[in-house]
Amino acid sequence: MLDDFFFRALLAGIGLALTTGPLGCFVVWRRMAYFGDTIAHSALLGVALSLMLEINLLVSVFAVAVAVSLLLLLLQKRQALSADALLGILSHSTLAIGLVMVAFMSWVRIDLIAFLFGDILAVTPGDIALIWGGGLVVLAALVVLWRPLIASTVSADIAEAEGLKPERARLLFMLLMALVIAIAMKIVGIMLITALLIIPAATARRFSSAPEGMAVLSSVIGVIAVVGGLFGSLTYDTPSGPSIVVAALILFILSLLPGRAKNLAEGGTTSGGRS
Amino acid sequence: MLMQTAAPERRKSDELVTMTGSGIRRNGRWLVRGVDLSIHRGEIVTLIGPNGAGKSTTAKMAIGVLRADEGKVERKDGLKIGYVPQKLAIDWTMPLSVRRLMRLTAKLDDAKLMAALTDVGIPHLVDAEVRHLSGGEFQRALLARAIARNPDLLVLDEPVQGVDFAGESALYELIRNIRQKTGCGILLISHDLHMVMADTDTVICLNGHVCCRGTPDAVSRSDDYRRLFGNVGAGLAVYSHHHDHTHLPDGRVQHKDGSVTDHCHPDDGHHHDHAADGHEHHGHDHHHGDHDHADHAHSAEKEHRHA
Repeated sequence: MLDDFFFRALLAGIGLALTTGPLGCFVVWRRMAYFGDTIAHSALLGVALSLMLEINLLVSVFAVAVAVSLLLLLLQKRQALSADALLGILSHSTLAIGLVMVAFMSWVRIDLIAFLFGDILAVTPGDIALIWGGGLVVLAALVVLWRPLIASTVSADIAEAEGLKPERARLLFMLLMALVIAIAMKIVGIMLITALLIIPAATARRFSSAPEGMAVLSSVIGVIAVVGGLFGSLTYDTPSGPSIVVAALILFILSLLPGRAKNLAEGGTTSGGRS
Repeated sequence: MLMQTAAPERRKSDELVTMTGSGIRRNGRWLVRGVDLSIHRGEIVTLIGPNGAGKSTTAKMAIGVLRADEGKVERKDGLKIGYVPQKLAIDWTMPLSVRRLMRLTAKLDDAKLMAALTDVGIPHLVDAEVRHLSGGEFQRALLARAIARNPDLLVLDEPVQGVDFAGESALYELIRNIRQKTGCGILLISHDLHMVMADTDTVICLNGHVCCRGTPDAVSRSDDYRRLFGNVGAGLAVYSHHHDHTHLPDGRVQHKDGSVTDHCHPDDGHHHDHAADGHEHHGHDHHHGDHDHADHAHSAEKEHRHA
């Protein structure tokens, strides 16, 4: 029996997982996990700005994510600090500034936990339209950018020499990341977005022999994690966002077991509570 | 004077890349400076020089991977490049077969794909995962990928690294054939000062700047050449030369006249005259001993030894 809110949650989660699968593969291949985390953390600054300036939440979060991405590119060019340290600084300072700003705005009451860990069960039909619409945009962009992105992931120099403009692909990829994070915030929350990018992709690795296959399989695994996590959340009354991540983690651990590889890839299901 | 005799008349329209006084600067230091270089259709240009001489930097500048901070780099409109970089680190999390690698930057039909792999001697590895290849196999796969594009200009940064000796000759032979078959220009980089393809039209010796240049073709017709290379495998030429200046350990340059300057780019007045003191060969034999060139003592001395 599916309650209405639960069906909406499923629809939203599946739409998101389909998008984060291929995008997450690039995050893993390009070693951008920490970058994803940083952008995600900056989303709270976006939330605070949205409340203060009374602008659309999604627009605000997206704008901050883009600004932080560009700032990072700029700082990296100066080469004063390692990318790692820069990410650490940006990640935590944007999160902290966001929290401080929210605290100052005594006139607004927001559910901070919902932003940090997601509130998928409160998803509205409008959110679903946004997730699927935004997701389609992201997937379409990935299809168009596929060759330059793959080529520049293997070797930016080759891509540049052979006319594929890797710098442009990289910039567009950052924009896509910012967009997905803005969309995903409501579902799994700021703290857990990167998990949905990385864990399905890492799980898919073992069963893939080509980048294209890995991207598709990541989406499938993400969908399984969302469905499993949400059912687990309903059954055991656990928070939905973390439950989805736990389900994804269980799939990942199963993927590491020797010999069980094929079964899992062919659609083995999971219940959120099994471990 | 041995040089500048064999170079055929070249038309401007055959120019693929022309660099004039080009240089790259990073963190206040010139990696390479004052490079004049041109590559024509059907021409093989080889860059040699010790580690850190700016060979890869020069190649990247020639093909637009790096933008010149000084001077001019002109490329023919619509120039199609096939590039084998010196280093490539593929994250093992990306599943990548040789077949997929071959299609990295452009579509490629199976027949051409297999033909290129057959040319480099690894048709059996077409479905192998790239991360399981040995260094030499990987190098061959990269070369196959570059030639399968049918480029106007092939840029090969130490293409035979990790390849065994027999394979090395075969790959040089292949490179020679590609030039003959397709008429493309080739920019080849070698760190080994004494192993340069005999078919090279122009050898350019770099060490932060162009130290000297010459044509091994002319060298190969000389008695000196026969005496030197009679016992070295065919197709591999040894390009021997001496310098008119010494690179000191602190980066400064001591010139022939004893003066010391910070750089040795052409406009500082100390550059040597190729015509006058060019590329004479010394009478050292080639029986795999350790012979230093007595009259040029680069700080990277080891680079100049015979292995």
